Amino acid sequence: MTSATDNKVKKVQKVKKVKPIKKKGRLANEFKQNWLLYLMILPGLLYFLIFKYAPMGGLVIAFQNYFPFLGIKGSQWVGLEHFRRFFSSGDFAMLMRNTLVLFGLNLVFAFPASIILAIALNEVRNTRFKKSVQTIVYLPHFISWVIVVSIFYVLLTTEGGAINNVIASRGGNKIPFLTDPKWFRPLYIIQEIWKGAGWGSIVYLASLTNVDQQLYEAADLDGASRMQMIWHVTLPSIRPTIITMLILKIGDVLELGFEHVYVMLNSLNRGVAEIFDTFVYTAGITNGQLSFSTAVGFFKSIVGLILVILANRLAKRVGEDGVY
Amino acid sequence: MENVDATKVRRKKKEKPQAELTYVQKIKLTPMGYVFQFINGLFLTLFALACLIPFLNVIGTSFATTKEVLLRDFIIIPHSFSLSAYRYVFSTPTVTRAIGVSVFVTVVGTALSLLVTSLMAYGLSRTYLYGRRVLNFLVLFTMLFSGGMIPSFLIVSNLKLTNTLWALIIPSTVSAYNMIIMRNFFQGISPSLEEAAKIDGANHLQIFGRVMLPLSKASFATIGLFYAVTYWNTYRSAILYLTDTKKWPIQVLLRQIVLMSSGSDFDTGSVEVVPPSQSVRMAVIVVATLPILLVYPFIQRYFIHGAMLGSVKG
Repeated sequence: MTSATDNKVKKVQKVKKVKPIKKKGRLANEFKQNWLLYLMILPGLLYFLIFKYAPMGGLVIAFQNYFPFLGIKGSQWVGLEHFRRFFSSGDFAMLMRNTLVLFGLNLVFAFPASIILAIALNEVRNTRFKKSVQTIVYLPHFISWVIVVSIFYVLLTTEGGAINNVIASRGGNKIPFLTDPKWFRPLYIIQEIWKGAGWGSIVYLASLTNVDQQLYEAADLDGASRMQMIWHVTLPSIRPTIITMLILKIGDVLELGFEHVYVMLNSLNRGVAEIFDTFVYTAGITNGQLSFSTAVGFFKSIVGLILVILANRLAKRVGEDGVY
Repeated sequence: MENVDATKVRRKKKEKPQAELTYVQKIKLTPMGYVFQFINGLFLTLFALACLIPFLNVIGTSFATTKEVLLRDFIIIPHSFSLSAYRYVFSTPTVTRAIGVSVFVTVVGTALSLLVTSLMAYGLSRTYLYGRRVLNFLVLFTMLFSGGMIPSFLIVSNLKLTNTLWALIIPSTVSAYNMIIMRNFFQGISPSLEEAAKIDGANHLQIFGRVMLPLSKASFATIGLFYAVTYWNTYRSAILYLTDTKKWPIQVLLRQIVLMSSGSDFDTGSVEVVPPSQSVRMAVIVVATLPILLVYPFIQRYFIHGAMLGSVKG
């Protein structure tokens, strides 16, 4: 009798004891089985920790008067001083205006350019012609901004540039495309389209291949014209892709491309060309105001993060898939 | 007649038969349809020409003599052929050295990036791996938020990488985007292959090397080419981390030569005093673009595939 109850008690204890051991054992077992996988991940993980997460930690210097020789521990804390200084300076208004204008131009001209190109390519009947055009318009994507801007420079310079040569030999006045601040924004957007429109169209072309062909057939039977088909069949079919790309674009409001603007920047067009990233580079790297420029960069990153999250929410609310 | 030709070509190239025409391509054209097709074709032709002509102009002018450059407004095919611009460009070691730097960074960087990225991507593609979700989020988050330029600069300089060529490679070893593309690719490979190899006693590294690698050549080529192009075009890292002009890659030197036209910047060794002429600028542009133009036909096969993989959500 007693031995039986004892056994029962023992059993209960055993069951109770087994659980935590089992969990620990499972983890250990997991690691024993997959340690090689963890080892394979390790170099990449270290990369992200050191070069992506450590800099996020480094953002604390935005609240300090950081000096490299004092280190983060030794530098004086100043709270929001740098942010206050930045927001009250005239630079803030200029950067915000330039950024928003360039973003707006991008959204109005560069963004639809890819879509229009994709739709136009989709309408082509001759496959060989289509392939040739695709080959050519994708090429500029692989060229660096330095080269793109350089090519435009040699074409547009007033000292022997082809375009101004032609203008001059027609009896016109040479146009200072490169030094006149008025020309910065048009040039910026033309270069964005020149480099990016072709590549950007790939995503739309890919989603166009999935359009149900019966929709066109039905539209055709109803006597729709080509333009009507584009408007009522093609565009609605790629709407989810357009919205996804739009979210990505909005998340990038402040990421206008450091390289592109930096390479175009000169002392004459600074008033219309300077954006957050180029400002951070000049203030931080060239002038050595490390904490102040970190504060400017921090502001930019935070706004960027908020915009992506908002855009994603918005997309979900209108019934589309978000990006993440 | 046309059919015969088509089959010949097909047999020659051993191509798959062409994809069926879409309905849009098959619709019978009305008179308005012809007009539409014509305008559409014209639009695309003009766009393609706008992409191509600047290249042709730069290449053409770089081979023309100085005299012709002064006389003609717009050169695509030079009447006179001259290599003097190139001779001039290579007359000082500056450009050659910069190309050497760029080649080193491209070759070593691409190899390192492919290795680290593919290993990480494979590890994270195993759905049974404990902690996988957290790790994946860790990678995804870096695409949404970053510490920014100055904190990254401080890390790189604390690691004593500044003014070494490694500063152009190590801080950009893994692109989160490329990693996610590769991870999704590995995830798409049937798990039965892995199970079969496990039964045969292979460990994870052996499965990766002997089973997965042979299956993912196209994926490696795509990502490898993406990395190679990025490394060849390196500019931002160079102006952030390098102050020694002798370690400049070609892109930085190109900007100096073309855009900062005051000639004294050309060579710190001061061989150059006169601002570079138009054809010299063109020649440097050609030199900096040439590797891309050379690999482009080969990239083509892969990049559409790659770009489309990218549209798959992470």
